[in-house]
Amino acid sequence: MGQVVALDSLFHSRQVWHGRAAPLPGSSEPTGWPMLDAALPTGGWPEHAMTEILLPADGVGELQLVLPTLARMTQAQRHVMVIAPPYVPCVAGWEARGVVMAQVDIVQAADRDVLWAAEQCLRSGSCAAVLAWPMHADDRALRRLQVAADTGKALAFVFRDRRHVAHASPAALRLELESDPSPRVHVRKCRGGNPPAQAIALAAGWS
Amino acid sequence: MLWACILLPQLALDGVLRRRPPSDEPLVLVSGPAQGRIVHAANAAARAVGIYRGQRLTAAQALLPSFAMVEYSTGDESHWHRLLAAWAYRYSGDVGLLPHAVVLEVSRSLNLFGPWPRFESLLREDLVGLGFRHRVALAPTPQAAYVLAGVEDGMAVMDAPKLRGALSFIDVARARLPEGVAPSLQSMGIRTLAQLLALPRASLQRRFGGELVAQIDRLLGDEPSPMESYRPPDTFDQRMEWTHEIEHVEALMFPLRRLTGDLSAYLAGRDGGVQRFELLLEHRDRPPTRVSVGMLAAAREASLLFDCARGRLERVELPQPVVAMQLLAPDLPPFVPAGRDLFDARPANAMPLDQLRERLRSRLGEQAIQHLRRTVDPRPELAQTSAPYVKEAPPRKGLPRPAWLLDQPRPWRGPPPELLAGPERIETGWWDGGEIRRDYYVARTAQGQYAWIYGAPGEQGRWMLHGWFA
Repeated sequence: MGQVVALDSLFHSRQVWHGRAAPLPGSSEPTGWPMLDAALPTGGWPEHAMTEILLPADGVGELQLVLPTLARMTQAQRHVMVIAPPYVPCVAGWEARGVVMAQVDIVQAADRDVLWAAEQCLRSGSCAAVLAWPMHADDRALRRLQVAADTGKALAFVFRDRRHVAHASPAALRLELESDPSPRVHVRKCRGGNPPAQAIALAAGWS
Repeated sequence: MLWACILLPQLALDGVLRRRPPSDEPLVLVSGPAQGRIVHAANAAARAVGIYRGQRLTAAQALLPSFAMVEYSTGDESHWHRLLAAWAYRYSGDVGLLPHAVVLEVSRSLNLFGPWPRFESLLREDLVGLGFRHRVALAPTPQAAYVLAGVEDGMAVMDAPKLRGALSFIDVARARLPEGVAPSLQSMGIRTLAQLLALPRASLQRRFGGELVAQIDRLLGDEPSPMESYRPPDTFDQRMEWTHEIEHVEALMFPLRRLTGDLSAYLAGRDGGVQRFELLLEHRDRPPTRVSVGMLAAAREASLLFDCARGRLERVELPQPVVAMQLLAPDLPPFVPAGRDLFDARPANAMPLDQLRERLRSRLGEQAIQHLRRTVDPRPELAQTSAPYVKEAPPRKGLPRPAWLLDQPRPWRGPPPELLAGPERIETGWWDGGEIRRDYYVARTAQGQYAWIYGAPGEQGRWMLHGWFA
């Protein structure tokens, strides 16, 4: 076969055009984390889509990540559904971050009903965001949520254990949280662009 | 004009049969005074052993030692009659009630529902679904349709000129003539309608009075039939009662399917929908259990109504066996598309939030949806509640609160956490015996989680975990 040429030298000699994907339209749902917005191809949460948040353990900043968004939505009188949370949301803690609790419904659901409830809420079109903690969710179930989010034009946040990172997911955005040595978030997949290599630092959850 | 007559030969018996699951057991409807009870109607199994309508009950009991007996009730019968009129209203705006029959004017409905054979099978299909034996006939006058239906099932006379011919062979005894007329005619040697119609009117009038002539005019369409014209009521209320007690919710599903099916038939007739209705499960000696059912939007499809009601009913725990069930739909909203703001960002098919909640509750339980709010209590475990009516405290200031709270504080296990902030002393609750004295800290675990922990004042160690700064 022909001669082997290093790709770098081709780029440097400007013989190869380095294509770039057309920029996606910006998202109207900023995450509230400027560093994360900058790293995401749409500059915010993927709209009408599902975001999967993968955790090493509970209480590592997963709510930190979404509370600014929930605060913005609930202050605008939009509605948020929290389905089968692992603990009780602390009103004082959420309010301190600007969330209007009157706009938040907490839905208690058994394991087998979590996905159903999430799908109903997403599909209804009357919720701005739906947070769900399914214990068992296969690829098909997640795909249904993705479709429901698109139908109801809502943001879906699905919180799952980190071990699922190895499996493919239909989520438009996958974030993996890391708590040690400091709270950080890795973008594992983002629709419309390449995931940034660097982790993005989050503020510690209590400050 | 074309009138369809739906004759209901065993209305009362069908009304009884349809509230019990299909069975081959003999069943008899009884009526009459206590000394002279007679058989009012008998089902196929009872008829097969020789029990017939009008038989004395003692004679029936001699034929068959045991069979199910239900007291005949005229109220019940007229209830089913009106239900079927409500159903017929779906097919025509002109519905009349005749004894044991419903007539409807269909000449304009034929354009909508297809030619008569197709329309007729549509009517029969519905009636079979509702569980009523029936005979159907079509004629240019309601009275003629009524007579034809009584003679033979499925007769159809499409135009007035043919009517006289179709009627001519009918026995006067079956022509629904005024009381007492038929035997007199027979004794005069007049057996068929053709013979009767050939007689001069004036002599008939002299011999039998005006009523017979008027009836003949109604039969042939020379005079309109006076009829109780039916208008559907604005509420739906139907009750089913059993002779036995039902102890399990599963056993209520069959009657529930009937009730919701009837509601659906009624709504279709009214061209309306229902958004919420109530089921009353009656018990022998305690107030009825109320189950309210809410719908996505005004609905009327039988299967949807049944599914929604079943979802609700399945979670009901019966405090006592059920002896009767009632379905009440007092509020029947018209089908009006909800007005929407042109600039509303929500998708066009959005479901209102209340309906969404109703739907979630119907599957997940009444308590499934909570709103959390602050209370005036300073104790962390009592500082918030999902109870609907509480005095809300002003937002608190001070040291940060976590985002997650544990249901119950639990002892901290694992390596001692690194303390980052604190202590915040909470010493309160003396007024009701639930006094607490705690020093709260923000701590970082070895795994990098931020925990909200507390210990006894002045002591470090023996930590209790109360929340996560997630």
